[in-house]
Amino acid sequence: MGFKRDQLIAVLMLLPSILLIALFVYGFIGNTVYVSMTDWGKDAALALDPVKNFVGLKNYADLFTGFLDGRFRQDLVNAVFYSFFLVAGSLAFGLFLAVLLDRNPKGERFFQTVFLYPLSLSFIVSGTIWRWLLAPDGGLNVLPVFIGLPKLEFQWLSSLETTLTFNWQYLPRLLVIMISLVVLVISLFILGKGSRKTGAGVGILGFLLLAIGIFGKDLLPTILFMEEIHGLNMATIGIIIAAVWQYSGYTMALFLAGLRGIPRDLVKAARLDGASEWQYYRRIAIPMLKPITLSAVIILSHISLKIFDLIFAMTGPDNVEAGHPSLLMYLTTFRANQFAKGASIAVVLFILAAIFIVPYIVSSYQGRKAAEL
Amino acid sequence: MKSICKRLFLVTLMTIGAIAFSFSTMAGGHLKGELEIFSWWAGDEGPALEALIDLYKKQHPGVKVINATVTGGSGINAKAVLKTRMLGGNPPDSFQVHAGQELIGTWVKAKRMEDLTPIFKEMGWMNKFPKDLINLIGTDEGIWSVPVNIHRSNVMWYVPANLKKWGVKAPKSWADFLSIAPKLKAKGVTPLALATNWTANHLWESVALGVLGPDKYDKLWTGELSFASSDAQKVWEMFGKILMHTNTDASSLSWQQATDMVVNGQAAFNIMGDWAAGYMSTTLKLKPGKDFGWAASPDTGGVFMFLADSFGLPKGVTNRDNAIAWLKVLGSREGGDAFNPLKGSISSRLDSDLGKYNAYLQSAAADFGKNRIVGSLAHGVTANEGFMNDFATVMGMFLKSRNAKQGSMAAQAIAIQNGIATK
Repeated sequence: MGFKRDQLIAVLMLLPSILLIALFVYGFIGNTVYVSMTDWGKDAALALDPVKNFVGLKNYADLFTGFLDGRFRQDLVNAVFYSFFLVAGSLAFGLFLAVLLDRNPKGERFFQTVFLYPLSLSFIVSGTIWRWLLAPDGGLNVLPVFIGLPKLEFQWLSSLETTLTFNWQYLPRLLVIMISLVVLVISLFILGKGSRKTGAGVGILGFLLLAIGIFGKDLLPTILFMEEIHGLNMATIGIIIAAVWQYSGYTMALFLAGLRGIPRDLVKAARLDGASEWQYYRRIAIPMLKPITLSAVIILSHISLKIFDLIFAMTGPDNVEAGHPSLLMYLTTFRANQFAKGASIAVVLFILAAIFIVPYIVSSYQGRKAAEL
Repeated sequence: MKSICKRLFLVTLMTIGAIAFSFSTMAGGHLKGELEIFSWWAGDEGPALEALIDLYKKQHPGVKVINATVTGGSGINAKAVLKTRMLGGNPPDSFQVHAGQELIGTWVKAKRMEDLTPIFKEMGWMNKFPKDLINLIGTDEGIWSVPVNIHRSNVMWYVPANLKKWGVKAPKSWADFLSIAPKLKAKGVTPLALATNWTANHLWESVALGVLGPDKYDKLWTGELSFASSDAQKVWEMFGKILMHTNTDASSLSWQQATDMVVNGQAAFNIMGDWAAGYMSTTLKLKPGKDFGWAASPDTGGVFMFLADSFGLPKGVTNRDNAIAWLKVLGSREGGDAFNPLKGSISSRLDSDLGKYNAYLQSAAADFGKNRIVGSLAHGVTANEGFMNDFATVMGMFLKSRNAKQGSMAAQAIAIQNGIATK
């Protein structure tokens, strides 16, 4: 009897938050997905009772293969580079700073605060500062002048150059090649573990995919009727620098806590065995930071999808070169009144975030289950 | 005899004035409650709005005015906030909006605005505003907003002393410009200063007007002339040639910085709306006509490309009477002349008191009275918000590719998508 009442109370206590989350989180996600499959955004988009016809996945097809949505595709490519460089840059710098501070230099506390401080600024503030620093005729570009060198000529945020270009038409082939490389790596991994038969099988599959990707020009469809070149826009570099500057202090704090958490006797044992500083960090400290690195990657990668305000502050709304899908979503929805297309961009972003978050949730859930057992 | 006549005339005028005044105070005296005005006029434009609000308070002391501003250049943030408020069923009593398609394409088509034709008729405004202007702020079904100010978009700015020093004259046509540009470059001067991307749209509309002429330019917006036509493609070709003579760091600069380049002698010319005159005369304390000069942008002499801020009346507002009284203040001669000298624009009325304006504004007002009037694209007169947004993207693509054919094809595609052209 008491057990049942306990359960009832538990359900009642949870009910409000379940209802609220169901409505305000999942309900709205569902609504956004629905809107993205309509054509809301024609003539009188803002009428009291706007006309919405169901069009299925048309908006998504337009985004990836439509003539007019090249901006979205460039933004998507930008987003990949933003995420990659923000995560890699913050991890590298953060680790470097953490190792420096771990060795108890003078004024350690002071430097800790200095490095962590940028995190407490909002993206808007740091974006505005960096915008001035990166102005073509001021800030960073004139620094060399003070030591007698010529002024830098890089245009930073207004650069129109692109490197690492590829043709969006051949995206399917590129994807196949990328998948084949992943498969090949997995096959090597399996071979290394000793099961030769499955390893060889997976390897053959990998080579097959690679061959299709490289030679199967006519086998795979071109998804656009015209050539469209995208790549790493040099205009994004300034924004990446600003983001790394802001977040490396944060990873530093994470790593420093990890380094400090390593049991002292382990450190001492390493020293007694004659490990050099380099060997200690390489063989002992950094491998022990793996779980922290994983959560840092998760946190940073979803922060990298929310870089909207930094870009807005640094380049304004229409610097197409440095754009990001989140910025485009805002403009498409609230400036152009194309609510359906805006919603479909939002859904693409949502899926991207899910790719980062879901494995993390699954693994931490499994970890907890394992701990309970 | 003559003097008696004059005196009599004066006395009658004064009595009429007094009666009218008491009438208006009587009429306004009973208004009570609140009035919420929604705009993006903070910062430099704040005092001008305050002047209007003061005038309103004087006429309607019983009304509490709530001045709701959302900052952000050309209303980018304010418009988003306004949309969420309107969708949420909580419209402000009156809101600022660029006159023309920016209002019509978004709010009139959605049937969310009240027709203001009765107010225009009651106040006798039909012949107080230029006819071209009333056409552009209205549709077949009505007139949708009261314009408060007029800015001119197609103006070229320069410093006369610098031009003399460099031995050039302000070009009358783009061909002239292209012929003097190399000369300026040889002297280390940027021929044309350009700023962040919206100023490229701004330059484009002046080039388009120059290349096409006002008739064909108007036809672009009615769908009679295709953006993909050879005429329209010539606009992009010319635009590309002009871009070759602009500064390379353009997209990092604000429009003020582009104006600064002209003032400092780094650049020869700048094409910008006449808020640049306000910036130069008020902020930089330069003397119009002496320290800086102006001309219609090349090939657009005799045409006045305008943009206007205006206020409309959303349906279902809580304080409708107060809002109507507000609109009446905005459209009045006193309202226009209280607001515009501070804002750096001219009154939208044909009978404003020119003595209150500076030299630049007087010349603009004179042109406004006699020139052909066309609407601006970059500032919301000629095309709806969907087209404007997509055009910014097309412009971004063009700035990189400089491909005139692609630019005009893309422009036609977005015109079709946004209901301006039909195939």
